Amino acid sequence: MAVIKVTTDNFEKEVLNSDVTVLADFNADWCGPCRMLKPIVEEIASENPNIKVVSINIDDEDELADEYNVASIPCVVVFKNGVEVQRSIGFRPKNAIVDLLGE
Amino acid sequence: MYDIVIIGAGPAGLTAAIYARRAEKSVLVLEALSYGGQIIYTPVIENYPAAADISGFDFANNIYNQAVNLGAEIKFEKVIRIENSDSQKTVFTQNGSYICKAVIIATGSLNRKLGLENEDSLAGRGISYCATCDGAFFKNKPVAVVGGGNTALEDALYLADIAQTVYLIHRRDTFRGEEATVTKLKQRDNVEFILNSTVTKLIAEKNLTGIEVSNKDGSTQTIEVNGLFTAIGRIPENQDFADVVNLDKDGYIIADETCKTNAEGIFTAGDNRTKTVRQLVTAAADGAIAATEAIKYIS
Repeated sequence: MAVIKVTTDNFEKEVLNSDVTVLADFNADWCGPCRMLKPIVEEIASENPNIKVVSINIDDEDELADEYNVASIPCVVVFKNGVEVQRSIGFRPKNAIVDLLGE
Repeated sequence: MYDIVIIGAGPAGLTAAIYARRAEKSVLVLEALSYGGQIIYTPVIENYPAAADISGFDFANNIYNQAVNLGAEIKFEKVIRIENSDSQKTVFTQNGSYICKAVIIATGSLNRKLGLENEDSLAGRGISYCATCDGAFFKNKPVAVVGGGNTALEDALYLADIAQTVYLIHRRDTFRGEEATVTKLKQRDNVEFILNSTVTKLIAEKNLTGIEVSNKDGSTQTIEVNGLFTAIGRIPENQDFADVVNLDKDGYIIADETCKTNAEGIFTAGDNRTKTVRQLVTAAADGAIAATEAIKYIS
């Protein structure tokens, strides 16, 4: 599945009310390690059709960043049934991100 | 069997890969994290010859593509040890092992931590090692920078434009970093110098809310900050190789400008080597030298 761009408007629908596990990638265009992580997140999205992968730009969506206590990027948060279950900060190799899914 | 296994895909390791491939040697580059290494944290590179204005991310991509297009193989695996025998070397990763004729260790360095309780759990919740990555989260909030080198001074200056107040905490009363930057910082109303002092405690609820700072004279004070940016230097990542190459007291691999270690056929390049200037351009230079010496050794 493709990575879905999430904003304040569709966060509830796409993340909190999702039936499947959601991997949320908080990032920004000017952040080098975020750009390094992007292709990995895209790969995980295409290889795991049973989960949903979303991208949240913290410059546009500072309210979401604030609400979820994101103060360092890249920040990957895994949600199950609308609840945060895992979080990782900074660039991590692909297997470490996949491990966060716990599936 | 590979001709050369290169450990680390930063500027030193990838330059070595370029030189080795152009000499038609088979090359495997092993990287534990992302290619590019530390440079991906730099928003703009302004001191690399003939590339006066390039982002660290683009620089990393360019050098990676150059190495891959020349035929270097790159695997994302963490190296855990090297076995050195006269005829061949074996490089062990968490996933497997690779046999080769020569090894170039170009693993760079990691941010030095303060060593305080809860430092790891507060990373991303107020503790940061990258002002340009995370500064934007502290708009109009009080922050502190720890360190006395150029990175600390530049971080403080960068944050002074964003944060409400920047406390610059340094254990001495003079700075190792450039005087020009110190002068700029002194002109800022919202930068406060706290010298002869160290951070001795992190205060937090869910996120960082403050720090305890202790002065050499024995006094302590609590400062309310939401962000703490640590820039107290870097430590080389050579501990996994200490049984095959000689390290100095700070953990750097002992090698001169030839990039040769004490072990035949094992070379080193970049920030993890003993040297005085650790810059992008010296990392690239090391890569070229280490590859050339490795090629000589093989043939």
